Amino acid sequence: MDFAGAYTPDNIKFLLEGFWVTIQVAFVSIILSFIIGGLVGIIRYAKVPVLSQILAMIVETVRNLPLLLIIFFTYFALPEVRIKLEIIPAAIVALTIFESAMLSEVIRSGLKSVDKGQMEAARSSGLSYVQALIHIILPQALRRMVPPIVSQFISLLKDTSLAVVISLPELTHHGQIIYGQSQKFLIPILILVALMYFVVNYSLSIVAQRLELKRT
Amino acid sequence: MLDFSILTENLDMYLVGFKNTIMSSLIALVASLILGVLVAIMRIAPLKPLNWLGTAYVEIIRNIPLLIITFFFFLGLKLSGIYAGTLALTIYTSSFIAEAIRAGILSVPKGQMEAARSSGLTYGQAMRLVILPQAVKIVIPPLGNQFINLVKNSSILAVVAGLDLMYHGDLISSRTFIVFDVYIFVAAFYLILTIPLSLGVGYLEKRLAKSN
Repeated sequence: MDFAGAYTPDNIKFLLEGFWVTIQVAFVSIILSFIIGGLVGIIRYAKVPVLSQILAMIVETVRNLPLLLIIFFTYFALPEVRIKLEIIPAAIVALTIFESAMLSEVIRSGLKSVDKGQMEAARSSGLSYVQALIHIILPQALRRMVPPIVSQFISLLKDTSLAVVISLPELTHHGQIIYGQSQKFLIPILILVALMYFVVNYSLSIVAQRLELKRT
Repeated sequence: MLDFSILTENLDMYLVGFKNTIMSSLIALVASLILGVLVAIMRIAPLKPLNWLGTAYVEIIRNIPLLIITFFFFLGLKLSGIYAGTLALTIYTSSFIAEAIRAGILSVPKGQMEAARSSGLTYGQAMRLVILPQAVKIVIPPLGNQFINLVKNSSILAVVAGLDLMYHGDLISSRTFIVFDVYIFVAAFYLILTIPLSLGVGYLEKRLAKSN
């Protein structure tokens, strides 16, 4: 084990560059997933006929598959049906598909947790269903959704590491490149990579906890 | 259209992978349950140093990617892929199970422990005879969810040549030069395991909600 040799400024800079890719990919994916998952969640909450049944099937299928499989499939299998994605878009697409399914459930249960009387009161005071949803139900539900969405983001930051199988240049991959130079760097680099994930994820989990406490 | 001859001609390989995925998941499930219960007890035991140790374990493990933990065992300790993967899965899942169990125990009203203690039971007896039986009911659905995650996460074995379902998919696709169809069947095998589990968890959650 060679800690001094592993922790050179160049190597640390290289790892941080990787971590920046991790954060960017995770961030773009969570935003896209929030939009898509939000739409799916609302459609399923509103029980739009046919569409909500089809979406339920898709969500259940995606949620029950390993993310690793989805990432691998997006990059290696889709070209066989003429959908060719570069590494970074492929990673974002795969993470977004998986995370949208997860978030749609978070959003749907957030909507369901709003008291039924709220909808009834809004409707009977003359708002349309959509108005009631946008002005009365969603604002109340959104506040409850923030902590679970933060924990989904933590999962996503960890899960981005799975994209090493398609050589996404993120933190874990950059770690692999450094310890690929010398076996002596392996443990020091794994420790440092783990520490980087830990610091960011732990801070985020404390934020999520605070938000949860504030609510109750 | 899917080429079903890929499935029939390579069925033996799919089944070997399927069997290994089930084996590895079951072993990791039992081991992570035991470990998770121990850590949960450490976190709530009336002894500060134990609390700290339990908290440190949970917070460190669940904030690090499973892949990194797997690499520690595979590359660092040079275990074979299937052992490294199963061990990493056990440790990773145990931190989530510990949290689920702790939340279940804490959800039992405090008065239960006080009443049990004042009627002469020791802390251990009260925990075993009064608190845990009540906590079990609350804990089962989240544990079911953890088991589903465990089965899905077992695909991490493929990254370290762990002979699981995903890994065998890789073998088959390098033999047939086809990726799309091969992995659709891999996905189907995972769904055979996870869909019944998630239906079961959904059913338990509904029953629990009704009984409250």
